[in-house]
Amino acid sequence: MPETATVEKIAVNINVNGKPYSRQVEPRILLVEFLREACDLTGTHVGCDTTYCGACTVLMNGLAVKSCTMFAVQADGSEITTVEGLEKDGKLHPIQKAFGDSYGLQCGYCTPGLMLSTHQLLSENPDPSEKEIRKAIAGNTCRCTGYMNIFKAIELAGRNMKGT
Amino acid sequence: MYPRSFHYHRAGSLKEAVSMLGQLGEGAKFLAGGQSLIPLLKLRFANPEHLVDLNFIPATSFIKEDSGALHFGAMTRHAEIEHSALARKIPVLHDCAAGIADVQVRNRGTIGGSLAEADPSGDWANALITLDTTIHCLGPDGARTIHLRDFIKDAYTTALAHDELVTAVEVKIPPKGSGGAYLAFKRSAPVYPSASAAVQLTLAGDVCRDAAIALGCVGLTAIRATEAETALRGKSLNDKTIATAAEAARAAADPQPDMRGSAEYKRQLVVALVKRAIQIAVRRARGEQVEGAHLYA
Repeated sequence: MPETATVEKIAVNINVNGKPYSRQVEPRILLVEFLREACDLTGTHVGCDTTYCGACTVLMNGLAVKSCTMFAVQADGSEITTVEGLEKDGKLHPIQKAFGDSYGLQCGYCTPGLMLSTHQLLSENPDPSEKEIRKAIAGNTCRCTGYMNIFKAIELAGRNMKGT
Repeated sequence: MYPRSFHYHRAGSLKEAVSMLGQLGEGAKFLAGGQSLIPLLKLRFANPEHLVDLNFIPATSFIKEDSGALHFGAMTRHAEIEHSALARKIPVLHDCAAGIADVQVRNRGTIGGSLAEADPSGDWANALITLDTTIHCLGPDGARTIHLRDFIKDAYTTALAHDELVTAVEVKIPPKGSGGAYLAFKRSAPVYPSASAAVQLTLAGDVCRDAAIALGCVGLTAIRATEAETALRGKSLNDKTIATAAEAARAAADPQPDMRGSAEYKRQLVVALVKRAIQIAVRRARGEQVEGAHLYA
């Protein structure tokens, strides 16, 4: 591997779940690998690794992105939220609670990504229609095909977050 | 999956990006939204030695109206166009932006990147070729403009020089009495469409004064279905003339069989998409608000 002889590393400062992480990374390191390996936050999953399945979805400055399709250097200076950042003071986020209460998961592999896509949806649209929910999670694949309970979880999360 | 190692350069201005690419030479590439390029890098279909990142350049993402046209900064994300009230002045643009891949990809992918990539299955080039679209470019010798029909040369090939980039996309607002629609058929949200159709019609009563019809994913570039346009121009629009136009579009399509379907299947898709897009375009030309939606298998 001659290319490892002179590995160029770049300093990045990324705020993950409210905590600053300063690391030296190779430019080719993907954001998902940075989160899992440099920050030891393994809640963000790698599924297809081809921009399809959405298991790696995180929020970047509040917007859902596929962290397998961004380099860590591109997230320099940004605010990233991963599934680990949803819980506050030992209390589950209403989205997490709704996924549990509605059995909105089976194997759980896609769940962190789905919850973060749900987060963007509900922060923009607290009362989404079924069609809007479908559109919002179209980039998240559940290989167990448990979509009906995922819809119910998102509807429940929306209701709980409005406090009704 | 890791791409091959590359050197990373962060441009502070468009001018700096152009001069960086010139200095770094043929082994360098621009990185815009990355939603097409990064998957290619990971699969090692593309192996640039240097990437010049455009994402940190200020004032490259904007949507504004000026002199009867909408102007989009090259780094404007698909999602920004999807949610823009201004962009809805040209309904085709909303149809296109709101249907590209999924939320996550639309949050990152850019209109300038999509056009410069010139993927034969990309959405923007097909939607915009039915409109009067001008690409604003910047190279070492300064700025120039290229009409979209002269910009896309072939699959993955544009009129851009190696060290030239897109700075903005200018789309003329069609006149009153003109309506358009863009429809794509996709097997699922994150994938490229199997086929797509863009239509822009100008009506005077029931008579079609002008027509532009383009087909996507069924050739090396978006195909203008000129025979289909002729079948409508000057005619009154009814089921028969629309069916004739759709059949002419079938003949204009030049699809390749692949995992998305056989050539015949894609031609059949073209017929259905052109018919539906014409129907939506007609209603919009008459002033109706119609939500277009991409179709899923």
